[in-house]
Amino acid sequence: MSPTTAGGPQPLLSVDDLHVRFATEDGVVRAVDGVSFDLRPGEILGLVGESGCGKSVTAQTMMGLTRATNSTISGSVRFGGNDLVTASDEQLQTIRGREVSMVFQDPMTSLNPVYRVGDQIIEQIQAHKGVDDDEAKERARELLASVGIPNAAERVDDYPYEFSGGMRQRAMIAMALALEPRILIADEPTTALDVTIQAQILALIQRLNQERGLAVILITHDLGVIAEVADRVLVMYAGQIVEEGTLDEIFYDPQHPYTWGLMGSLTRLDQPPPDRLPQIGGAPPSLLAPPTGCRFRPRCPHAFEKCGELPDLEVRLSNAAGHADRCWLDPADKKRLREVEGRIGLEVPA
Amino acid sequence: MPPAGAMPTGEPPLPVGEDVEAIQGRSPWYLAYLRLRRNKVAIGFGVLFIVIVIFCLAAPLWSHLVAKTGPNDNHLTDQITIGGEKTFVVAPNGIPLGPGLHAKFLLGADDNGRDVMVRLMYGGRTSIYIGVMAAFITTFLAVALGLLAGYYRGWPDSVISRVLDLIWAFPVLLLGIALGTALAVGGLKIGPLEIPPDSLWIPIGIIGFVYVPYMARPIRGEVLALREKEFVEAAVAQGKGPIRIMFTELLPNLVSTIIVFFTLNIANNMLLEAALSFLGAGVKPPNASWGTMIADGEDRLITAPHLTIVPGLMIVLTVLALNVFGDGLRDALNPKAKLRMDQ
Amino acid sequence: MEGMGRFIVRRLIGMIAVLFAISVMVFLIFNVIPNSDPAQRIGGKNADQELIDRINEDWGFNDPLPQQYVTTMKKVFTGDLVSYQNSRDVDDEILKGIPVTFSLCIGAAIIWMLLAVVFGYLSAVRAGQATDRALTIVALIGISLPVFWLGEMLLYYVANKLGLFPVGDYVELTQDPLQWANHLILPWLTLAVLFIGFYSRVLRSNMLDVMEEDYVRTARAKGLPERQVMLKHVLRNSLIPIITLFGLDFGAVIGGGAILTETVYNLPGVGLYAGESVASLDLPPLIAITMFGAFFIVFFNTVVDVVYAYLDPRIRLGTQAA
Repeated sequence: MSPTTAGGPQPLLSVDDLHVRFATEDGVVRAVDGVSFDLRPGEILGLVGESGCGKSVTAQTMMGLTRATNSTISGSVRFGGNDLVTASDEQLQTIRGREVSMVFQDPMTSLNPVYRVGDQIIEQIQAHKGVDDDEAKERARELLASVGIPNAAERVDDYPYEFSGGMRQRAMIAMALALEPRILIADEPTTALDVTIQAQILALIQRLNQERGLAVILITHDLGVIAEVADRVLVMYAGQIVEEGTLDEIFYDPQHPYTWGLMGSLTRLDQPPPDRLPQIGGAPPSLLAPPTGCRFRPRCPHAFEKCGELPDLEVRLSNAAGHADRCWLDPADKKRLREVEGRIGLEVPA
Repeated sequence: MPPAGAMPTGEPPLPVGEDVEAIQGRSPWYLAYLRLRRNKVAIGFGVLFIVIVIFCLAAPLWSHLVAKTGPNDNHLTDQITIGGEKTFVVAPNGIPLGPGLHAKFLLGADDNGRDVMVRLMYGGRTSIYIGVMAAFITTFLAVALGLLAGYYRGWPDSVISRVLDLIWAFPVLLLGIALGTALAVGGLKIGPLEIPPDSLWIPIGIIGFVYVPYMARPIRGEVLALREKEFVEAAVAQGKGPIRIMFTELLPNLVSTIIVFFTLNIANNMLLEAALSFLGAGVKPPNASWGTMIADGEDRLITAPHLTIVPGLMIVLTVLALNVFGDGLRDALNPKAKLRMDQ
Repeated sequence: MEGMGRFIVRRLIGMIAVLFAISVMVFLIFNVIPNSDPAQRIGGKNADQELIDRINEDWGFNDPLPQQYVTTMKKVFTGDLVSYQNSRDVDDEILKGIPVTFSLCIGAAIIWMLLAVVFGYLSAVRAGQATDRALTIVALIGISLPVFWLGEMLLYYVANKLGLFPVGDYVELTQDPLQWANHLILPWLTLAVLFIGFYSRVLRSNMLDVMEEDYVRTARAKGLPERQVMLKHVLRNSLIPIITLFGLDFGAVIGGGAILTETVYNLPGVGLYAGESVASLDLPPLIAITMFGAFFIVFFNTVVDVVYAYLDPRIRLGTQAA
């Protein structure tokens, strides 16, 4: 159970101490190394971090998609009375696509090119419900229309290559929602699309969340996307969550130096342009042999002796019960250190 | 993944923890070598091929020291002593001696009373020699044509591709026997190039020729893809001429493909040579190869099967060794590394 | 069906150009590059001077090369081609052999495709495990066996020693279907083994690649049963390149691979005719067989292309699909 939701409404999905390791010929990669969080009903939870931090692996593990002969998964993902980590393949199949659905990053390659779009939606419907072809097809048409695909009645017979990128992603979302799941996991849904389409997809997700109470886990490396739609945010780094809080808390009162770095690297229209593009020095650590202690230590200009010990993800502020982080610094120091050139950022070493 | 501790901007603010190792850069060749080394099966079969080659090269030793006969010496009417008894090398009813533990005719004799073991070793030299030489020809032509077609594109590519398609339109064996029989009587004469009909270079040339499209087209494809990469653009911008670019930029990137194809090509060549020689369009007497030995043994399949089994087994072992090793090479050189299954 | 007619016409024109080029190449192989007297070559081992002179007249070997080409082609295509060693009409012999060769090749093709798909599928689904390793070994051995040697081994051990099947020869389908099949089982297996080995590995490799594709992950995320994911998404997409390969290989088998099998099993098809002609260095039949062999491949591939275009609209419209 996450430290921040004890005492709140019953979470829809609960991840507890999730570890995912892959055996490769170079060694064991610790892709997810102790992740815990809750998803509340009807919320949009943003999961943000740079490439390789483990956010996609976390999401895919929740659906059991990382099960392989070379993967080791421990911990639990509790949903609807089942633990998805230990659930059998048959149990997972009933949950996937029906209670929990996922859309992926690249709509170009996420649809099978040799089958019609409508047929792929029908396939999903019929895998879970005994519905005949005509009824399923009608439902497919409705679904495509509901996500804003023009001419849905004819489009249902088209092949994926006849759809544009944005339309394909809408079709993916339509397919994901065919059986009215309770949770939608969207893994970088807009990264492969251009900005105008991105806005449309986000608006669609927001509408679905508001109209149907659909809970969404939105994974992205783009803070702008998070700022648009997320209710709560998890910041991941090197296979762990380093900060957790509401959207306002993360953006206006971030407690972890990595988050400061992320905020600082955003260019903002309401401020004068910086001389140099701000960046976080160094590079993400190898997940084969992550640093001991705080994983951000090698890149953190504010590290001190205590950082040799890995901080727990804890609430450290007295007035924000839902805001947790993994940084030993005193909250008063944090307020001071994160001010760089008049805004929140990470000081670049001289 | 970039190695930990690599700081592109200035000095690290804190000493980097001891537990973080500096990762040395390793070239892709070294990594491939390591991967290959782990593949015990492939290495084993590679060694097998070497052993077979050495075995065949030792032919004169065996012939002089043990069997005391040459590959083409007939012993039709001779007798040898086995277990104290005198036995005919070729029995009066025509059936030759079978294999057994005797220094002479260790693997038996053929219809003409020749020592099968000695012929096997000498024949192996021919078969392997043809396979390897033909592979050189194929590789040279395929790389040259593939580079030219892929780099220049336009009409050189059109012409080369059409020619390759034309050659490839013929079934390999059919083209082989067409060339083999046409050149059987007088050999080859194209301009200044003249090869006599009984030279081994006729089958070598034929086999080398027919497999050119098989190798040239994938190489052309790779060159086409490589050509679009930035390092080629950079080289052009530096003012390097096309030949230099082909040698210094493109060729090094093709080497892994070439090595794999070359190895597997030897295997294909040996099979083709065996087929051609079996039908009579390949190696001609007095030369002998494993293929001609199988042809010689065909009539006696029921009565003296060893004449067919022995050379055939050698072909299978050699080709299998090359195939397994070539496969292992391909896996080792392929950057899409397979995830290890043991954990 | 838009564009279909134009597509077919384009392919046909291309095909005719290739056939012409093939005929020129065959002409070059048999009549130009060899370093011996053409009339003597054509006449064969037992040709006497009188025959050689007659051939020179008949084939026009004293004419300029282009004229020779026309004469040769006329002989091939008007059924005027005769073997000077046994006086048989070449085209007749070829026609007689075609049903036998087709019986052999089609039967072998069906067996090899079925078994290759089964073995390749099993190998891919159980990649890295014992089944996969065993099947890979079997496949590697399969592609390392000389076809004719395998045939002889099967003949010796299975037909001769175990007596399970007849020792070669052919029975007409129309005469006795059961015996027709009985005599063809060993030849079918012999011809199929090489291709099973090769195709099962290609399928395995394709499937392993396709399994990494995003749309397979989507299929699993939709909650489809694993079997359905494997068959409807992975296998289906993996088979597409195999079909193209098959198109190329089937022609090659008919044109060439069958030669060795027919020779070993004594099946009176075009392959055996070719084998016999090689053994006696009888060139006229080989000229015709080489040409028609290549023609068949080109024609067969054109048909495969047209069928492909019919099935996949992207190809005939020339659109670049994702």
